[in-house]
Amino acid sequence: MPTPLKNIRNFSIVAHIDHGKSTLADRLIQMTGGLDAREMKEQVLDSMEIERERGITIKAQTVRLKYTARDGEDYVLNLIDTPGHVDFAYEVSRSMAAVEGSLLVVDASQGVEAQTLANVYHALDADHEIVPVLNKVDLPAADVPRVKQQIEDVIGIDASEAVEISAKTGLNIDQVLEAIVTRLPAPKGEIDKPLKALLVDSWYDTYLGVVVLIRVIDGTAKKGQRIRMMASGAVYELDRVGVFTPKLIEVAELGPGEIGMFTASIKEVADTNVGDTITDDRKPTATALPGFRPAQPVVFCGLFPVDASDFDELRAAMGKLRLNDASFSFEMETSAALGFGFRCGFLGLLHLEIIQERLSREFDLDLIATAPSVVYEISLSSGETIHLHNPADLPDVMKIAEIREPWIKATILTPDEYLGAILKLCQDRRGIQRNLSYVGNRAMVEYDLPLNEVVFDFYDRLKSISKGYASFDYQLSDYREGDLVKLSILVNSEPVDALSMLVHRSAAESRGRQMCEKLKELIPPHLFVIPIQAAIGGKIIARETVRAMRKDVTAKCYGGDATRKRKLLEKQKAGKKRMRQFGSVEIPQEAFIKALKMEDN
Amino acid sequence: MPPDQMMVHGDGRGRGNGLFGIYVHWPFCAAKCPYCDFNSHVHRGAFDEADYVSAYERELAYFARLTPGRTVQSVFFGGGTPSLMAPRSVETILNAIARNWTLDPKAEITLEANPTSVEADRFRGYRAAGVNRVSLGVQSLREAPLKELGRLHSVEEAVAAVRLAQSIFDRSSFDLIYARPRQTLDDWQDELTEALWLAQGHLSLYQLTIEMGTRYYDLHRTGKLKMPDEDLSADFFELTQEMTEKAGLPAYEISNHARPGQESRHNLIYWRYGEYVGVGPGAHGRLVIDNQRHATACEKMPFDWQRRVAQRGHGMATDDILTWEEEGDELLVMGLRLREGIDPERFARLSGRRLSDRQIAELRSIGFVETLPNGFIRVTDKGWPVLDAVVADLAA
Repeated sequence: MPTPLKNIRNFSIVAHIDHGKSTLADRLIQMTGGLDAREMKEQVLDSMEIERERGITIKAQTVRLKYTARDGEDYVLNLIDTPGHVDFAYEVSRSMAAVEGSLLVVDASQGVEAQTLANVYHALDADHEIVPVLNKVDLPAADVPRVKQQIEDVIGIDASEAVEISAKTGLNIDQVLEAIVTRLPAPKGEIDKPLKALLVDSWYDTYLGVVVLIRVIDGTAKKGQRIRMMASGAVYELDRVGVFTPKLIEVAELGPGEIGMFTASIKEVADTNVGDTITDDRKPTATALPGFRPAQPVVFCGLFPVDASDFDELRAAMGKLRLNDASFSFEMETSAALGFGFRCGFLGLLHLEIIQERLSREFDLDLIATAPSVVYEISLSSGETIHLHNPADLPDVMKIAEIREPWIKATILTPDEYLGAILKLCQDRRGIQRNLSYVGNRAMVEYDLPLNEVVFDFYDRLKSISKGYASFDYQLSDYREGDLVKLSILVNSEPVDALSMLVHRSAAESRGRQMCEKLKELIPPHLFVIPIQAAIGGKIIARETVRAMRKDVTAKCYGGDATRKRKLLEKQKAGKKRMRQFGSVEIPQEAFIKALKMEDN
Repeated sequence: MPPDQMMVHGDGRGRGNGLFGIYVHWPFCAAKCPYCDFNSHVHRGAFDEADYVSAYERELAYFARLTPGRTVQSVFFGGGTPSLMAPRSVETILNAIARNWTLDPKAEITLEANPTSVEADRFRGYRAAGVNRVSLGVQSLREAPLKELGRLHSVEEAVAAVRLAQSIFDRSSFDLIYARPRQTLDDWQDELTEALWLAQGHLSLYQLTIEMGTRYYDLHRTGKLKMPDEDLSADFFELTQEMTEKAGLPAYEISNHARPGQESRHNLIYWRYGEYVGVGPGAHGRLVIDNQRHATACEKMPFDWQRRVAQRGHGMATDDILTWEEEGDELLVMGLRLREGIDPERFARLSGRRLSDRQIAELRSIGFVETLPNGFIRVTDKGWPVLDAVVADLAA
């Protein structure tokens, strides 16, 4: 029998990185006996190595806790651990839609951060009941009254009854459990209606195949049932239905208000869409759940193997990652500079970084990434609209009527001493200030920013000018027309495709100059003078010169020791193999890697 | 015989070219110079020179068995400081060579000598032993740099030694080191003017290079030795080419200058990629045996080498058969140092592939190489200062 609705509570935890979300989750699991001490690994829920290392969650996970409350009743508490980063905003919103309440965990010594805010807004959008939890109250730096005030001022929710805990020592964890039962609402739903469930997430498991995480709204899901995914139209038979405690336990059925998993011989994660509605194939529900939207890559970049012979391995590795992450897309690309590789789409910069890191770490691949680019909307004179993922593919300017670029709403929280520098950074990046307010000695700035300015080292700059104290979050808002031009880099009059980029006309000259200066340092002297130019269309806007080599000869002969000179030559020849040929110019591959980094201006 | 004419050994693929010489390495020095990374050792204590020389005799006999039928066109005593050898020792070695091979009566027999008065006293003895050419390590015609370079002679002694050598031997040469720390172009112009006035047929002019394992290397690394930058170094090179050409001693090799006909025949064997036996500690050789080119190198430590020879009849520490690609590389690396250039057909025969026409055309278009009427490819005046880069382009 499914659990009665009144004895179910579904919740998520909203927190900034490091504020203790995972530690709290672990404590809750421990206190309710989900795992014994031996089975407890640090931070059970972030199961990928990279998740644990970075303290971030990439895939949503869930755990079902059994709790006997002070009122004597047994409750089932379902915790969904959501991805904690803006790149996964859509996934977060679907996870949030699957539960009725949230614990807002704030570090009592640090206070509210930009990321906390973004996720709290998701929770508010999903009409959550929110229970504030102040963590790390045992630390000497904790300032409970100040942080409570901050929560009330910045977020606008009552923090007077915030639970004060230390997830690390276990202090007051019982009060958290009690607050979940007493302050969060029970889910609603009807068991007699046709099945209606939300597809919260899915992943690939080596033993089970594709595992689908669902929240049942109405009806029941049981083994053997034929279900239909309403957006994709695909029909499957459920092989297995279960819940996570966090160990997987098979159950006969999942009823209204319950969160659990099923498997159904689904081949790829790409066959499941987060946010889709699952219903009974024979007795379908009349209306799908609102809010579904297919995954859309936002940031693109080229990934190329440093060693050309790793190409097939890279393809295989990407295929494997894609099995588990349908939001990551890739297609083959060739570049004169970098050889064979892939044009890849990501949900955002963090997503890009994670994929890149997993490729190099889990598959031991050495990669070069081109500068990240956003998706531009281009209206052609013909009336057609195209989406541009790669600046190298920009159509002839004569055929373009208008270029539109994506903008974001950015929220930055910073100690006020860095405010000036941050405002300047935002202005320099064509930002439009929307709001500026203070919370104690912290400033909260809201800016509209073009995303292409943000993907270009914005985050690194922000970190360095604020000594790491500023926190940053963003949401995509809209597309706006922009005066964008294609900046080409020419080495010895040959365009280098990997270095071309679409930039705002106002930034083109300085960006071009920077790139030329950098390349001048990175390209070794040749036998002839090499001009390096930045150009918009046919117009040169910046120029540097790599001077010709004047002297490179070993004077001595070392008697008949030809070996020594041959070894030198062999070294030179090996060096040349790592070079990329542009006309008669050889550019070391490292030069591309460094030029593409551009971290220091 | 004209050096370019092929004399074929083995099966006719022709890895040899008929040139054959012998290099004899004498590893001992009175003092170690701070810039020198040659295989040289300062030896103190009892030393039985005659016994040590007998090791050379044995090793020569060993190599003679590997290279039957050759005519020795050149012998070179290098070091180290071979002018520390007793003339008798030189004679013993030359006799051993004549016993084991046919020694061309017109063979060039060179001995490297330091221009101290003590060593100059032995010149007549060397002449009597059969030496017909000396190469003197003068290094500078200025007192201060001589001291800095660790040389044990004065300018006066050096000049006297050069004059004496010129009066005793058919041919002679001396070495100078330039582009030294703090040296200006004007300094060098004056010094080279004097040297050209003093020289007769041959001059070796080396730019100072910093080599690993030397005292200069440590000084340079810790910033205590400031070397001329690339531009100044290039200016030094240009000035040197200009002045020697005007004086009638143009460069026939990157660092070697001679009146036509006065070139070092021995060094030409290396650069024309002929065959040479290398005996003595650390000596290198290139021998074509059964149509394969062997790269030999002897044990470097003087007394380990001697022990090896006693045990095995030779002191070789390595004897590698070169691949075709390695042979091609060596032909380029050695041959393009010469004004006469290399024969691309020979390159093709040795390496089994042809030089890239595209690469040659490109280098020709920017004026770094040229093709001569006889089909040889050579590096131009403009290309010479960047020879290593040009060779790398051709070899790639």
